[in-house]
Amino acid sequence: MSAPLIETRKLVKYFTTPRGALHAVDKVDLKIERGQVLGVVGESGCGKSTLGRTILRLTEPTGGDILYDGVSYLKYSEKEMNELRKKIQIIFQDPYSSLNPRMTIGQIIAEPIKVCKTITGKKAIDEKVLEMMDLVGLSRRWINAYPHELDGGRRQRVGIARALVLEPSFIVCDEPVSALDVSIQAQILNLMMDLQRDMGLTYMFITHDLSVVKHISNYIMVMYLGQCVESAAPEELFKNPLHPYTVALLNAIPRPNLSFRNRERKIIKGEVTNPINPKPGCRFASRCPRVSDKCLQQDPPLKEVGQNHMVACTLYE
Amino acid sequence: MNDVLLSIENLHVTYRTDEALVYAVNGVNLNIMRGETLGLVGETGAGKTTTALSVMRLLPDKIGKIEQGKIYLDGLDITAATEADMRAIRGNIVSMIFQDPMSSLNPVLRVGEQIAEVLRIHNDKLSKSEVDRRVDELMEMVGLPKERKVEYPHQFSGGMKQRVVIAIALACEPKLLLADEPTTALDVTIQAQVLAIIRELKEMLNTSMLLITHDLGIVAENCDRVAVMYAGEIVEMGTVEDIFEEKDHHPYTVGLFGSIPDLDKNIDRLTPIEGMMPDPTVLQAGCPFYDRCPQRMDICNTEKPAEVMKGTHMIKCHLFSNVEKAANVEKVGEV
Repeated sequence: MSAPLIETRKLVKYFTTPRGALHAVDKVDLKIERGQVLGVVGESGCGKSTLGRTILRLTEPTGGDILYDGVSYLKYSEKEMNELRKKIQIIFQDPYSSLNPRMTIGQIIAEPIKVCKTITGKKAIDEKVLEMMDLVGLSRRWINAYPHELDGGRRQRVGIARALVLEPSFIVCDEPVSALDVSIQAQILNLMMDLQRDMGLTYMFITHDLSVVKHISNYIMVMYLGQCVESAAPEELFKNPLHPYTVALLNAIPRPNLSFRNRERKIIKGEVTNPINPKPGCRFASRCPRVSDKCLQQDPPLKEVGQNHMVACTLYE
Repeated sequence: MNDVLLSIENLHVTYRTDEALVYAVNGVNLNIMRGETLGLVGETGAGKTTTALSVMRLLPDKIGKIEQGKIYLDGLDITAATEADMRAIRGNIVSMIFQDPMSSLNPVLRVGEQIAEVLRIHNDKLSKSEVDRRVDELMEMVGLPKERKVEYPHQFSGGMKQRVVIAIALACEPKLLLADEPTTALDVTIQAQVLAIIRELKEMLNTSMLLITHDLGIVAENCDRVAVMYAGEIVEMGTVEDIFEEKDHHPYTVGLFGSIPDLDKNIDRLTPIEGMMPDPTVLQAGCPFYDRCPQRMDICNTEKPAEVMKGTHMIKCHLFSNVEKAANVEKVGEV
């Protein structure tokens, strides 16, 4: 069996703040097989975006290792890294701030080609840009338009075209549909799933929306304050959530179905604790309805409890 | 005493911008009963917030204008009220909660002071100690420790700031609460906490509520009735049972439901609505959904559909104009 396309080993990213180290990503192990979609889900501030950016080395990790196709690229020189970046790309959340307002749509999509010189010659580049626009369902008439002329859905299509133009194998999708209206969100999700299947892409799909993550992923990782607390295949995770945080998260989603109207609600109290110099022990302990003394002693390790179902909780030791 | 608290009749609102006249709300009719929660659902630019701002008479000065229509709040015609009348009404009889709790609080005033402000404006007889006592009560009512009333908004998290906003909105026990996407900026576990508080207080004070949201899940769990808004018009309205369980729907409502991934079903592909919302600077002669509608007919482009009532359920669509056509739809609709 070949190596996973992307693998992290005890990946750590701390930010230095005046009050101490902010633990954004804390010893995260993950593997993404070729052609698979890993969904990373969690609330704001849980480190999911930092994880994505660290994997691309847009921020340098504090510790741990990252491998592409079995090879660590943490020590890569800038030149080697630029070569690798053709293979790993990112789509950002906000289609408003991630496009340069002074460039036309054609220039934005062509820019990665010009930077990496994968194609030369104006005519060939133009052709490639038009091909990409067709691929993402963007009418060719927009090629000379500026981003402000486009609505959110079309802008996100530009962001997708830009990420795909170098023909990458791995894409970090950082909340790509969160800023869009539901009807547009569905169009973009369908597009991303079609592209993933047709081009054999591998995604790391970051979102806070559990129904979206269930829809698109082959495997889901739930994050809380920088750590992975539970991971499993979507059906398993939604049928049999084990970590109290996952249970609370699933309970909190409003369901568009009247049969849930009178369900007994278990709303967890409190808010996310401070990620600066966290105390040892489970990060969720202060909000957990099933907390015990054991939880406060040390970080509970991530353990396999079922087939491909991992959970970091003292209840399942 | 289940009578009408808010009644909006044929409301038309426009915004005059430098480039063009934007038709934001085009003939909205709706009623809210005492103690009832009406959910107003729709996408960005549908006119949901504009409708709420019209009730508050807070449309941007010289730009937004109520062109036509009447709004009656507790028997009083809001469209004819003077600014002085409105000042007495806002915060007292009708309050509004906005989406972004950070920008709706004053960053340089202590939160306790901001809650006290609305109490003092509407009750000039209250003594200082009475105001203080009431602020403490309100803080505790929304689940905040009263000791924190001396802190500033930046010292609170998003969910707690929204609790402060709720305390301000409910300080004078208004008859109507306009909640404009009150939890959209919050995380889902915090959203559940805030919605629970709103539900609980609404019950306790018997407040009516207009809950504006784009999340059908929030509607299903919090509302008695639902209005679906598209391009400035209410295209469908009914009880939650009508909207979530009945068979007949406006094609836009069908599209809205098809666009959200369902946690309880495994579907391969979503069925989104193709295309985009029509240009709001052009007034549509026919149905505003014509361009995107999978079941459009010739008549839809030229003639506005009437509001067809079936019991409590209203659908504004030519498909339901008469019984024959409605029978036809069920076959086409089951995709």
